[in-house]
Amino acid sequence: MTTLTEAWDWLSDPANWSGTDGVWQRLLQHLVLTVVCLAVSCLIALPVALVLGHLGRGGALAVNISNVGRAVPTFAVLVLLLLTPVGRWGEGPTVVALVLFAVPPLLTNAYVGMREVDPSTVRAARGMGMTGRQVLFRVELPLSFPMVLNGVRIAAVQLVATATIAALAGGGGLGRIITAGFNLASTPQVVAGAVLVAAFALVVEAVFECAERMAPAWARGTR
Amino acid sequence: MTAPPDDCLARNEWICGDYLSSRREILLDAVVQHVQLTSVSVLVGLLVALPLAVLGRRWGWAAGPVLAVTTILYTIPSLAMFSLLLPLYGLSATLVVAGLTLYSLTLLVRNILAGLRAVPEDTRQAARGMGYGPVRLLLTVELPLALPAAMAGLRIAAVSAVSLVTVGAIVGFGGLGNLIYAGMNTYFKAQVLTASVLCVVIAVAADLLLLGVQRLLTPWTRAARG
Repeated sequence: MTTLTEAWDWLSDPANWSGTDGVWQRLLQHLVLTVVCLAVSCLIALPVALVLGHLGRGGALAVNISNVGRAVPTFAVLVLLLLTPVGRWGEGPTVVALVLFAVPPLLTNAYVGMREVDPSTVRAARGMGMTGRQVLFRVELPLSFPMVLNGVRIAAVQLVATATIAALAGGGGLGRIITAGFNLASTPQVVAGAVLVAAFALVVEAVFECAERMAPAWARGTR
Repeated sequence: MTAPPDDCLARNEWICGDYLSSRREILLDAVVQHVQLTSVSVLVGLLVALPLAVLGRRWGWAAGPVLAVTTILYTIPSLAMFSLLLPLYGLSATLVVAGLTLYSLTLLVRNILAGLRAVPEDTRQAARGMGYGPVRLLLTVELPLALPAAMAGLRIAAVSAVSLVTVGAIVGFGGLGNLIYAGMNTYFKAQVLTASVLCVVIAVAADLLLLGVQRLLTPWTRAARG
């Protein structure tokens, strides 16, 4: 138990929170990294998934990309990118590795959500004279929204978790507190950093949960 | 012709046959460690998940808390998980195995429970009518019918574990992750690429192996497909 009290001492020491290596700075880096990567991944994955789902093609592609993505260690991708010319470009390797990691769950969830829309609903909309674009935006997208949002939520939480790995390769974020603790052989700092990261991940999960509960009924679905 | 050695190792190329031949032992050791860490943690995860899922099926009220706890565990980042368990296990292979086991729990409990819940009530009643007791019903009817869902979870858990083992490099027990970590610090391209590719190869091999096991264990799914 002494480790836990020492970790608490570390966390309650204001000196550890300020400065360029402080918790606030690392928290901000972590947040920016997560938000940027999530935005980029959504911009890449969602249009592709929605169009594929609308056309009803490329399902095997969407699912297989997801499976392959799981098999490739993010840490390995990060280090590989670090050793290429991309490595000289600041946080570039981290962003690329994290985006590659977040795209598969987004793609699969959005695609599956689109395919699960009742075909008779789609036929009814077509019968009412809707064009393909109208069907996509007014029928399929609203109906699959809960599933798409669930994919975004999974991706967001995984990004928060995985962004810590950037610290292993010298990147910023909360993971730095953990790796610095390992280098200093300071178990209290390591545990304090871990608690911070875990808490951050749970906060993101809670934010999505709240957003889902407060969303209008059509966006909530019947999960 | 006594120039300094001008092989692919000296030029630090990404793909290097000399690296493969000269470091064969190191690579083999790393692969063995990687496979051991993965298989032990997934097996322990399976041993813990199975009773939890069966309990959740028997008593509906237990399912909620079990799923909630395992999901929260899954949310904790791998680097943080290893460090949170550090005071318990120290810098050891057990630390990595414990962390990975907690991760595979979520996927396994969820999938086994879903599989058990999907067994049709008619089937259960038919078995009861044939005089099956609760244990025999579970072992010979419910669990086999839950196998496809459970195996799907097992495949995901195994593939994820293979890639997460690399993070164990932070405590020195990361299998191929150790080589990637060392190669990053020394800018050793061939080592990083070779170890990364081997990670993916292990993941794919594990997936195919489990798929094969699934086909062997569930011959009726193939017969139905014709």
